[in-house]
Amino acid sequence: MTRILCTLIASLLACLATLASAQDDTATDLSEIQALLQQHREIIEKSSRTTIQPAIDALADSGLPAAREVLEKWQAREMWQNEETGLFYFVEEAGEDADGEDLLKLFDIATREELETVLEDDMDQLKPNSGIRALMGAALVRFQLKDPSPIVRSGALAAIERDAEESHLATLRAAMGEEENAAIQARMQRLERLLTIRFGETDEEKIEAIESFHGDLGVDVRATLNPLLATRIMAAEGEVPEDPALADELKAGSEELPYDEAYRILVSNDLAPPLINRNDQKAALIANIDNGKVAGIEVASLDTDTARDMAYDALVEAGTVNAAATESEIDDILANFSFYTVYTATSPQVALAAAAALQSIDTTVAVNQFLDLTLDALSLASIYFLAAIGLAITFGVMRVINMAHGEFIMMGAYTGYVVQQIVPDYTVSIAIAIPAAFVVTFAAGVAMERLVIRHLYHRPLETLLATFGISIALQQLAKNIFGTQARPLTSPDWLGGAMVINDVVSISYIRIAIFVLALIFLGVFLFIMNRTRVGLEVRAVTQNPRMAASMGINPDRINMLTFGLGSGIAGIAGVAIGLYAQVTSELGQAYIVQSFMTVVVGGVGNIWGTLLGATLIGFLQKFIEWFNPSNTLAAQTYMIIFIIIFIQFRPRGLIALKGRAAEA
Amino acid sequence: MTDQTSTLSASYPDGGAPRAKPFVMRHPSVLIFLACLAIFTVGVTILSEGFGIGVISTSFIKTLGKTLCLCLVALAMDLVWGYTGILSLGHFAFFGLGGYAIGMWLMYERTRLIVVDSMANAALPPTPQEISDGIATQIFGVVGASEFPPVWATAHSLPLQLLAVVLLPGLLALVFGWLAFRSRVTGVYLSILTQAMTLALSLYLFQNDSGLRGNNGLSGLQNLPGVSAPQSVVSMWFLWGSALALGLGYVLCAWVVSGKFGSVIRGIRDDEARVRFLGYSVEGYKLFVFTLTAVIAGIAGALYYPQAGIINPAEIAPIASIYLAVWVAIGGRGRLYGAVIGAAFVSLVSTWFTGGQAPDINLGFYTIHWVDWWLILLGLSFVLVTLFFPKGIGGIFDIIAERRTPERHGADLGPDQGSLREQEADE
Repeated sequence: MTRILCTLIASLLACLATLASAQDDTATDLSEIQALLQQHREIIEKSSRTTIQPAIDALADSGLPAAREVLEKWQAREMWQNEETGLFYFVEEAGEDADGEDLLKLFDIATREELETVLEDDMDQLKPNSGIRALMGAALVRFQLKDPSPIVRSGALAAIERDAEESHLATLRAAMGEEENAAIQARMQRLERLLTIRFGETDEEKIEAIESFHGDLGVDVRATLNPLLATRIMAAEGEVPEDPALADELKAGSEELPYDEAYRILVSNDLAPPLINRNDQKAALIANIDNGKVAGIEVASLDTDTARDMAYDALVEAGTVNAAATESEIDDILANFSFYTVYTATSPQVALAAAAALQSIDTTVAVNQFLDLTLDALSLASIYFLAAIGLAITFGVMRVINMAHGEFIMMGAYTGYVVQQIVPDYTVSIAIAIPAAFVVTFAAGVAMERLVIRHLYHRPLETLLATFGISIALQQLAKNIFGTQARPLTSPDWLGGAMVINDVVSISYIRIAIFVLALIFLGVFLFIMNRTRVGLEVRAVTQNPRMAASMGINPDRINMLTFGLGSGIAGIAGVAIGLYAQVTSELGQAYIVQSFMTVVVGGVGNIWGTLLGATLIGFLQKFIEWFNPSNTLAAQTYMIIFIIIFIQFRPRGLIALKGRAAEA
Repeated sequence: MTDQTSTLSASYPDGGAPRAKPFVMRHPSVLIFLACLAIFTVGVTILSEGFGIGVISTSFIKTLGKTLCLCLVALAMDLVWGYTGILSLGHFAFFGLGGYAIGMWLMYERTRLIVVDSMANAALPPTPQEISDGIATQIFGVVGASEFPPVWATAHSLPLQLLAVVLLPGLLALVFGWLAFRSRVTGVYLSILTQAMTLALSLYLFQNDSGLRGNNGLSGLQNLPGVSAPQSVVSMWFLWGSALALGLGYVLCAWVVSGKFGSVIRGIRDDEARVRFLGYSVEGYKLFVFTLTAVIAGIAGALYYPQAGIINPAEIAPIASIYLAVWVAIGGRGRLYGAVIGAAFVSLVSTWFTGGQAPDINLGFYTIHWVDWWLILLGLSFVLVTLFFPKGIGGIFDIIAERRTPERHGADLGPDQGSLREQEADE
């Protein structure tokens, strides 16, 4: 209250002063803010980051209405000083006079009133360096926090978040009471607690603030809490001593404290003689070679570590080198000491509270990571499902193995690329590309069925080989046409970016789109198979071609259609996959083994099996990756091994056909 | 080589049975093949740079030597696919494993010699640890490691690594085959499963921390440690070794497919269920053939990669195993010489086309560069062979010998049209 009163009085005084100076142009008495600046004139002129703080503080704490503007102009290098009088002015460039000298227009710093125009040579510009400007920025924050514009206020909050200092805590607390915007208020409160953890005065308030963050996912919280847990490793002879700041006991040779690190600590505390490593020992021995001997031992015999240790000990005895522990002696010395860590950043109570809070945060993070992983796995599963669904039709329904399936995927992706070359609008081009890819690969599939596969029914192994030949040829053809470098298939803008749920969980829109596409495919497939005439005929031909033929169904036509359908779906899958992966001639190859795995694991001849298989493989791969995130190659290896073992127990897949259908 | 054959035929288990003619006489094709191989080897030796008049360059000698190794692995593929009906897409993985096994020793020993040599003039004689560290830094520096991974534990010993050449592919095939066959995985499922195994292996080897230098692979294998002979001579040694291995492998395979065992595996190929009902342990037979051919493939790889000079995981990728099937199919399945002809023909023609030696064809509006179009030609010819010439190149010999596929009066020819089941049974 007193503070506000003071501010009021000060501003009243300032108004009066302004009036006074306005009335009298030649007034020699200085405005309050000018007086303040003159008071600190020396350090302002010196303009050094290390000494300037009192001047900035005086300005910021003065409560003068002009203080903010002075700081801003000063920061923007728009405040100049008269060389003779040492008075400070705001300036504006005013062109040149008749002699070609640059002119400056001066403004009063308290009233912004226009004064005279002077030669630039008579004035000095204040040029604060970036360090000083940052200090001014920090000081300005307190003005900005009370600014009427919410944009300025949140900008000030962002500035504090970026680079907080102790003084901000009080400013922030003061500003919090007056804030009306709920969102900014919430942000202020959160920031206040974060600052309390860092700059709070008592342990109690720090602990209280820390505890309020239990389970919070924000990266800023972790960034604030982690430094509190800084520890230093201590060594003591014998048992670990009682120490209130004791954080943890360590064992030499453990992962946190390797032997040489532990020994280094002993040496730096003068608890053990310095270590000599093999290279230094060798250098010392070489330095002391005398007539083919080191301390009387033949050089030629020094080809084992033991012999070298003996020679070195002999040198020590002779006094030529300093005593030093060799690597083999470390263990014995280390056994006499115990190691422990102490908290160094803050009091143990606060550190413990921070540790507890971090632990609860870690739990929440783990849960959310699991959620994120599940989303990832789901999207991978839908990609596998997309890639495999065409195969599920040709392989699952027709029992025709099509090694060129991957190349149909590639063909679809390249169709998308070509369409994008013609139609520049990405949304329209995708809308054209999907049916175009279907048509192209449908035609290719029908052609392949008519020309090759038709002749090879009932000879699955040869179908495999023939389609493989087609696969080699198509791949090389794509290389010849499109070159070996990857071609981009750009997704429309509305598919760019990611849906961010919180700091841990996010999923890109393109993956959501692929997931939706997979669901649509599933629906379309089920509809065609179960609700249409064609589907009925396909199922009939699958179960018993001869019987179907005698019922008036043309098995040739149905086979052709089915194969075309499977290939067409592969083409659409190609567009989808091309959107998030690069389009190369090897695009399909990357998916072919996984696709077959999906179909086989799921169970041949059943779309639900394929769905289940894709889900299993997608989740499996993501979760194996989770154990070893740096290594997707290993994840794939283990996944394939898992599948090989899985086939042992369910040779016919997760959903096996039963009865006569299984023998077809 | 002929001596070897007679020894084998003498130890033929059914030697006491009422068979007048020895093994070789009953299979004239074996004799013809061995004669051709011998003539080829002697001819190449005479024309070589190292031992003869120097018409054939050393690099071409290496190509020929490598081709012989490919013929050997194609033989194995024919045995497992053409005779037993298991379309394995993993035999090139076994081939690569054999190469890795021998490559580890070659690389270790050569690096050791270099390291010891460089340390010989040091002020102090090196300790064993220093030598070992030196070798490890040399070998694994490229993947950012400086210690030997556990898989290199036996790399210092040639006998152990030679044993690994046989055991590594053999054990992998045994375990994998046992798992696959006992759960009755057959046909295309088995093919896909073997392909998955190959993919898993190559992906594993692609990792830097697999201990086998990741995608850098093992290199410098053409230099035999401790041998100062020039490459022109060393390449001939390997050519002879490869020819010998191919000859022995051919005799072994011919012996395996003749007699009762051969009849059983052909029976498994044509109708597995029926053979099982007759009381044969189908899984046992398949497992034996699968493992045996894996071992042959491993030996072929161990001879191949020292001639190639480098092995990396890309060599093991599933595509290589499929090419192997392509060779055998083009050569003609179900006949051993067919596999050899296919492998030799396709790999040499492939070298010719992709090596840029084939003349470009100018069509006026477009020039056909064979480097670009060879794979398309290969792929399409593969389709044509499968569709129209299931017997492959080997089928030409049938026309010469005026043999015909038995007339089945319209009955389904079974899974493998390329075979001569009835006639083979007669022999």
